[in-house]
Amino acid sequence: MNHVLTAIVEPGFFASAPVHVALLIGGVVAVVSGIVGMFTVMRGQSYAGHALADISVTGGSGSFLIGISPLWGFAGTSVAAAGIMDLVGVQRPRGRDLATGIVRGAGLGLGALFLYWDTTHTTTTGATITILFGSMFTINTSVIPVVAAFGLAAVGIVAALYRPLLLSSASSDLAAVRGVRVRATGALCLAAIALAVSLSALTIGAILSTALLVGPAATALRLTARPGLVMIWSAAIGLAATWLGILLAFDSYYWPPARQGWPVSFFVVALVLLFYLLTLMRPAARGVKPGRG
Amino acid sequence: MTMQRGAPGQDGQDMREDVLIVDGVTVRLGGREVLHDVRFAIRPGEFVGLIGSNGAGKTTLMRVILGLLPPSAGQVRLGRAGIGYVPQKIQLDPDMPLRARDLVGLGLDGNRLGIPLPSRSRRKLVDEMLRAVDAEHIGNARVGNLSGGEQQRVLIAHALISRPALLLLDEPLANLDIASEQEVVELLARIAREQRVAVLLSAHEMNPLLPVMNRIVYLAAGRAASGPTDEVVRSEVLSKLYGHHVDVIHVHDRVLVVAGRGDGLDIPLEPATPAAS
Repeated sequence: MNHVLTAIVEPGFFASAPVHVALLIGGVVAVVSGIVGMFTVMRGQSYAGHALADISVTGGSGSFLIGISPLWGFAGTSVAAAGIMDLVGVQRPRGRDLATGIVRGAGLGLGALFLYWDTTHTTTTGATITILFGSMFTINTSVIPVVAAFGLAAVGIVAALYRPLLLSSASSDLAAVRGVRVRATGALCLAAIALAVSLSALTIGAILSTALLVGPAATALRLTARPGLVMIWSAAIGLAATWLGILLAFDSYYWPPARQGWPVSFFVVALVLLFYLLTLMRPAARGVKPGRG
Repeated sequence: MTMQRGAPGQDGQDMREDVLIVDGVTVRLGGREVLHDVRFAIRPGEFVGLIGSNGAGKTTLMRVILGLLPPSAGQVRLGRAGIGYVPQKIQLDPDMPLRARDLVGLGLDGNRLGIPLPSRSRRKLVDEMLRAVDAEHIGNARVGNLSGGEQQRVLIAHALISRPALLLLDEPLANLDIASEQEVVELLARIAREQRVAVLLSAHEMNPLLPVMNRIVYLAAGRAASGPTDEVVRSEVLSKLYGHHVDVIHVHDRVLVVAGRGDGLDIPLEPATPAAS
């Protein structure tokens, strides 16, 4: 194979079926995470998003035991956990970290048990790696409609609640006075975050899924002060990191040490970090004054 | 429309005229009566100060008026044009992507669903409101980056853009130096005049408001006395409200309300003891 000529794009990249699936699903997931990510960051719910990702390990590992796609497990547990967090008090700033921490601890404990059973009682090899660190190249094409549906639901929620969410992230009292049902709005937003997290758990792994949720959004809000543009930038950055990551992972089949390919998730997360560091080096966006005036 | 002064706390006022009627509002929180039978009305264009010390029930009363807290008894009636609310401060990180003009626009349609398309008329209205509060120059700045005073102007524009008949401000003079205090009071008086809006603002000090205030609602220990300032801020009225004797002293153009001493009516001040914490 003549890979000297094609230093960047290895031959076969665009002909490979798993690459097609990875580009499609990875792309959809990156865009969904980028858009939902802005609201996650804006509402200060990065930790809640992180906890939902951890908890989705439980569902992902459980679904291996009963033989269904891990996506159902990821989504089922993270949406349920979002509901519990809302009930316990995620809407109150002080109750937020406490509620999140308690639910997260319980979920991870169960996840540890399921992962143990996965590796000892079933024949599934690599379940742990797949759940924790993703499996972009081995995604079953049958989940594509489910990915699309979950993605549409998550983006649909935050797009519909765009203005109420912006206003209540500034002040829940102002929103309530304006007639926003703050509690319901917050609960729906958390559900959207849970869905976005479960989607990226499928592609880059449960442990890393918040990187795709929070990283591009945090990078985008350094580029512009306009909320609409932040969503677009955030989606674009996530998409760029995912597609470039897939490309690099494909290339890495020829890299040392083992010539077996590096994990896609590593590249995606590394690129997300790289983009963020790049924005730290450029001067602040218009409308961003250093410090409080 | 005639602007009647006086007549504190009358019942059965004309609904078409009043922008707010607080009718016998009582609030019990955790077994404690925070507000007791508070009643007053505000007419169009009036500038009313809600005065009381910390813990007198100002914030509770504001939350009841805003509909954020249901009263245990009594009711609040608002005119059709509704109410604009200006909180003291909002907590938003400096890097959050919400510009002053975004926040002002959300005052118009923040409860609506969907992403708004760029609209020239909406933009024009936002610019107009920013101009009305002298905040044109900070329209594109992030809200979290604004100083307290700048944020207050933007919040006033946010509250005004829906054209309410009443503007409710929560302690707009808190933590300001005397010069800024005067500036904010003048700005509010100008806005009330230009935008034809009634103003109800809470403060723990009445003096900065004396030049512009039409009427006062004086809160002490959950009870209220309301009316023209010179009728309410009198020793007899306030002593009854506080439940012990207070003196009202006029010094130049300022009014001091002090607990009375040595006339047999006052409650003696407890000397500080080492056991007191």
